Amino acid sequence: MSKKEIVAMLLAGGKGTRLGVLTKNIAKPAVPFGAEYRLIDFPLSNCTNSGIDTVGVLTQYEPLVLNSYIGNGSSWDLDRRDGGVTVLPPYLRETGGSWYKGTADAIYQNINYIELYDPEYILVLSGDHIYKMDYSRMLAQHKQWGSEASIAVLEVPWEETQRFGIMNTNEEDRIIEFQEKPEEAKSNLASLGIYIFNWPLLRDYLDKDASNDDSAHDFGKNIIPAMLEDNRRVFAYTFDGYWKDVGTIKSYWETHMDLLAEKSKGLNLYDRSWVISSVNPNRPPQFVGRTANISHSMINKGTKIRGKVENSVIFFGVDIGEGAVIKGSVIMPNVTIEEGAYINKTIIGQDSVIKDNARIGVGETEEFEITVIGEGETISNGRIIEHGSVIG
Amino acid sequence: MNNVMGIINNNPQGISLKEIPAHRSLASTPIAARHRLIDFPLSNMVNSGIKNVGILLESRFRSLLDHIGPGKAWGLDTKKDGLFLLPPAHIYGDNQIYKGDIENLYTNLDYLHRSSQEYVIVAYPFIVCNINYRRAFDHHIKSGADITVIYKDLETMHRDSHYTTIKTDNEEKLIDMKVNPDTRRDTRVSLKRYIMKKDILLEIIDNSVATGQWDFEKNGIASRLSYYDVLGFPVHDYIAIIGSVSEYYRRNLEMLQPEIFQDLFEGIGPIYTKHKDEAATKYTINSRVNNLLAANGCLIDGEVENSVLFRGVKIRQGARVKNSVVMQKSEVKENAVLENVIVDKNVRINPGKELRGDPAFPLIIEKNSII
Repeated sequence: MSKKEIVAMLLAGGKGTRLGVLTKNIAKPAVPFGAEYRLIDFPLSNCTNSGIDTVGVLTQYEPLVLNSYIGNGSSWDLDRRDGGVTVLPPYLRETGGSWYKGTADAIYQNINYIELYDPEYILVLSGDHIYKMDYSRMLAQHKQWGSEASIAVLEVPWEETQRFGIMNTNEEDRIIEFQEKPEEAKSNLASLGIYIFNWPLLRDYLDKDASNDDSAHDFGKNIIPAMLEDNRRVFAYTFDGYWKDVGTIKSYWETHMDLLAEKSKGLNLYDRSWVISSVNPNRPPQFVGRTANISHSMINKGTKIRGKVENSVIFFGVDIGEGAVIKGSVIMPNVTIEEGAYINKTIIGQDSVIKDNARIGVGETEEFEITVIGEGETISNGRIIEHGSVIG
Repeated sequence: MNNVMGIINNNPQGISLKEIPAHRSLASTPIAARHRLIDFPLSNMVNSGIKNVGILLESRFRSLLDHIGPGKAWGLDTKKDGLFLLPPAHIYGDNQIYKGDIENLYTNLDYLHRSSQEYVIVAYPFIVCNINYRRAFDHHIKSGADITVIYKDLETMHRDSHYTTIKTDNEEKLIDMKVNPDTRRDTRVSLKRYIMKKDILLEIIDNSVATGQWDFEKNGIASRLSYYDVLGFPVHDYIAIIGSVSEYYRRNLEMLQPEIFQDLFEGIGPIYTKHKDEAATKYTINSRVNNLLAANGCLIDGEVENSVLFRGVKIRQGARVKNSVVMQKSEVKENAVLENVIVDKNVRINPGKELRGDPAFPLIIEKNSII
């Protein structure tokens, strides 16, 4: 193998417990997003666009769909003679083996993979965040500042600091303290879970961490604090673009609504200089019938629209019958919505069938809660589902 | 169908879509929002189980090469067999005159000899359909014919289009065949899909070259009906013959009819095309749409009725587009009006402009124009 300056390690083994029925059969990074994509398309496309051509994808929970989705990586131009994408599930060794016990352990167990490329730097990424970021700029700062570790941070509203790992920095952007989901934050710089490390240094810390039985083997909880304790040169890299963790039903839904909002707010998916690629199923053009009425929505190819669609994101292969009304909803691939159905503020999992005149997400209220229908569900004729319900 | 190879024959045979293919070969003419003509015959072959396809390139093949690439979208990027691009010979000649497809085939005889398949299907790209060749091939084997012609009996024929008409006897044997005749006595129209043994194709090439004739369909088949045993195989599927500009326009809009859309896209097999990472089409709060075929990456901020929009088309606020075909990356600015217009790629229609054609004679806006 030829030497690579940087190798990306993409953590994609998470279960995504908080997404509930949406991750019943698939890993969180494989969850469909934005009419056309799956979550993992964002970090993979960012790697390609940043000129990083060697990416290890660490899988563990329900890897089947994710593995077949990644394939040989050609969708992201990662089918390379040298490097490219490699799926790295946990495996047995002569001395035994185990599941990945934490984010750091996942990297530790794949030291052999990394050493194949003898890299100077390691980029650690999560497979479940929505953002567009040029990692080569982060690397440039890392090199220029002589950092040993760099952590991408984002200014978040002060009232949200307790949801994040907070980085306290000095005037040189050097990180002096790390607070995991603090009650009282000293700063509002949240870690995005995007790290660049000098590989020999990280390797030492991973070795040490692995032999510590009390460790959770986690970057945020163990590796970063240990580096700070040793007074290592850990710097913040400030990111000011759009970034969302779609880890909950609410944020998943909101991120979709952001896509529909004016350009300034959500992620611009139409920018041809930073294309997000996906494994695109081959489908005919979208067919909008004479009875259709579409407003403020995103609609993918392979759909047939004959009803009313408003403030919604419609994935490929969705069929919407005459007289059906879809409002403020996210309809995943290959869902069939029959005539006269009414769907309000609902996320519908792929391959589900909503029979005619069913009413979903309704109730006597001003403030509707998000309703979720899981994958492959059938909602019978005329059935009424109260807003906020979870089916599946 | 392991024993059958495909040849896509890009001989234009005098068919002209005027300005539309001026910069591209007929085969790479955009159609149906996200396709090009060649997607149909190529997908039909792949869906029928054919794994070795040769494409005869004609003159302006840059856009075709760009579209086909190594054949990945059709699953033809394989080590064994796969996709073969067969360059024309005439571009190297002194006068650079295209004599016909026979010359092209003759230049690429090595490819034909080297292919292991015993049978070949020759298809032309300007007839759009979604059919499976298996039945026709089985029939070919059973009937023992030298050549099988897939045909359809048409209810209506258009004066301004081009057809290869055939006449058959009671046993489906061809007794007459004419390529683009002015006077049409027969309603049976060849789909320009011809099945034969590779040896017969080689014989046709040899005989044509030796007698100075260069059109495979005219000289190889139509004028040799008494020599070969040529049988017809009727189909009833939807077909669109893109034989003229008005036919091109009519057929694009015709695909908005649900039955036709279904027949073409949800029938026998998927129609594959080059994939281009475009986000879903965005409709704003001002959009008003009715009967529309659209590819991805469009922005619809105005009114669109009864039209076909290709990838990345932008219809700005207050613009009205009716009975029109708007190709890739073109933009219709605020309050502009289009009616019965074909807009080629990368065109900009400035605010407030009003352009109208006739339903029978659409206005064509050339590629890269600013109006």
